[in-house]
Amino acid sequence: MAGTWGRISTAVSPFPNPHYCVVYMRTGISMAEIPKEEYVLKCTSGCAGCSSTLCLRYILKAAGPETVLVMPACCTSVIQGAYPNTAMNVPVYNIAFASAAACASGISASYRSLGKKTNIIVYAGDGGTVDIGLQALSGAFERGTDFLYICYDNEAYGNTGMQRSGSTPLGALTTTTPAGKIHAKKDIDSIVAAHSPPYMASACSAYPLDLFKKVRKALEVRGPTFIHVLAPCPPGWRFPSDQTIEVGKLAVKTGMWILWEREYGKLKISAPSRAAVKKPEPLATYFSAQGRFKGIDPAVAEQLRNEVRRNIQRFVREEEQSCDQ
Amino acid sequence: MRSVATGNKAVAEAVRQANPAVIAAYPITPQTEIVESIAGFVADGTLASQYIPVESEHSAMAACIGASATGVRTFTATSSHGLLYMHEMLFWASGARLPVVMANVNRAVGPGWNVWAEHTDALAQRDTGWLQVFVATVQEAYDTTLMAFRIAEHNDVLLPVMVNLDGFSLSHVMQSLDTVTLGDFIPPMVLPHRIDTANPQGYGPLTGPEEFYKFRWEIERSMRDARSVIAGTEKAFAETFGRKYGMTDEYRCEDADVLVIALGTFGKEAEVAVDILRKEGIKVGSLRPRWFRPFPDLDVKGRDIVVIDRDYSFGFGGVLADSLRARYRVEPSSIIAGLGGQEVTYDDIASFVRTRMPGTETWFGVHDDV
Ligand SMILES: Cc1ncc(C[n+]2csc(CCOP(=O)(O)OP(=O)(O)O)c2C)c(N)n1
Ligand code: SF4
Ligand SMILES: [Mg+2]
Repeated sequence: MAGTWGRISTAVSPFPNPHYCVVYMRTGISMAEIPKEEYVLKCTSGCAGCSSTLCLRYILKAAGPETVLVMPACCTSVIQGAYPNTAMNVPVYNIAFASAAACASGISASYRSLGKKTNIIVYAGDGGTVDIGLQALSGAFERGTDFLYICYDNEAYGNTGMQRSGSTPLGALTTTTPAGKIHAKKDIDSIVAAHSPPYMASACSAYPLDLFKKVRKALEVRGPTFIHVLAPCPPGWRFPSDQTIEVGKLAVKTGMWILWEREYGKLKISAPSRAAVKKPEPLATYFSAQGRFKGIDPAVAEQLRNEVRRNIQRFVREEEQSCDQ
Repeated sequence: MRSVATGNKAVAEAVRQANPAVIAAYPITPQTEIVESIAGFVADGTLASQYIPVESEHSAMAACIGASATGVRTFTATSSHGLLYMHEMLFWASGARLPVVMANVNRAVGPGWNVWAEHTDALAQRDTGWLQVFVATVQEAYDTTLMAFRIAEHNDVLLPVMVNLDGFSLSHVMQSLDTVTLGDFIPPMVLPHRIDTANPQGYGPLTGPEEFYKFRWEIERSMRDARSVIAGTEKAFAETFGRKYGMTDEYRCEDADVLVIALGTFGKEAEVAVDILRKEGIKVGSLRPRWFRPFPDLDVKGRDIVVIDRDYSFGFGGVLADSLRARYRVEPSSIIAGLGGQEVTYDDIASFVRTRMPGTETWFGVHDDV
């Protein structure tokens, strides 16, 4: 097991739900310490440059073999391979689009009553999370289900050919928003935060070490935990497949995507976003790196710029208030 | 032990004794008494199940699927709109070969809102790959629920079972109930394909045209094998507990020229009509299919058939009548009666027989000339 893990208090947490407690807290890990074992094998059906596959690779390295993945319909239904083969070296339970969190509730109830500590991880797309799967997600979080829900956000319905989702950003072209999306991206994180989970975080495929650490942390917490990973998608976002990491970094550097974690409601902006929230790079560099913002209406671009500015302020202020507590 | 109970209480008591590891359910009239009773058992410690108070029926079935996939016994209960809301997941449970047991309290589907008995909810799930059984008494609801776990979990079946009982006219009716000491009547559940991290596999992944149909055939093969498992289970039940059941429940059918065929409580009430009609010299019997999937073999050759459907498939006909026409090439007198709890008495059933017209369809109480 990589890294050093020190025991911290299991006593009363400031968190409203007494069932949850952080049992361990990690105290440092480097890229070199990430396990060499692979659980995503080299035979996936992902597109070239698919960052969702990359995320899953690090997520499973963090989780290890004692893990069950629960998967609603999404790109990863395809990426995992077709019967009788599988590219995944952990059990993958495929389930209907709307029902991943509920299915995970059933697995969790069974395993925990049997005393099994197996990691139960939902790996769902943004559509399966913010749209059709929202009710099941909310129910599972409200019931305090012991599991980790990871939403990899490629900001559209990838599986069915890039239609808009509630998570598609304002202005973006998709096959069902051929003139650019006229609605803002749904703030799923605030919705999840309203359920007061003991741990939640954002991540981005361009920062695998940050993702790795957050998965480890989430899995050490009892109760429902949530990680929202931005997963740039070359065909969907219309950029060359060798630019996946670059586009992810631009999302973070421009402040379009902020990396943070919230433990028992306490927000901390993560290291890769520290510089960006102080001095974000111009959003135009993010737009121009992708075809989906091609020809974006300047007024819409301005709206997005304001949105990013407001978001940064919101997170910085929340972090300051968290420190004051 | 003898007592008096409602149909719902009888189901709940059977579930308590069958002791599922996980129960996930969502309340709906007239099923609520089942989930409330079970929640009570869990709270007072007489049932050690994990009770998942899900936020919807879609999630109830999804949670049962997840739990069942780990190899443990599961149960849920629903009715009407709740059952329809589960529709997608019903296919998932059978396709994933999971022996989930569910009680469905048959109720009409809105609009308008109607909480009373009708079978259209269950029959609309006819093609989902679930075994379906319809019960007619409180005792039968209890006995059949117990048997359902053994049948579903049998290695030759491994398919989900839906136990149907009529809303209010059985779910809320008090009758005598004789509970058993279960012993090892239901063997421990062994799911050969349970999730196992030591042997990682993909469950339900993409499956192409060259493979998919094989899995569908496996379901049908198990449906066919289920007949002997049902027979074996009912025989074992009779030997252990002294109460006999079969694919059908037959009353004075041996020498009958006319058969009344109906599911659920109507099929039982028809027995009273049979006695009335026999006094009038009409040689009639009641043939009540208990199992609807797999469909029973009925001895209908050379007899007049009066089939009462408490359901309807718009643009075609009563679902049970259609099944009989298709399977046995008969021309029944098809009666559509009891929709949304419409009152149907023994005398009404007797008059369906007296006025029978083979090859026609009659909507009870409808008098228009269209
Ligand atoms: C009930 C239902 N409706 C629609 C679909 C079709 N469908 C499959 S995956 C998908 C989109 C998935 O989008 P997302 O969750 O964002 O995952 P991604 O494909 O982008 O990875 C849709 C619409 C389905 N499988 N089930
Ligand atoms: S469409 Fe995007 S998310 Fe889906 S497999 Fe391709 S690159 Fe990955
Ligand atoms: Mg998506």
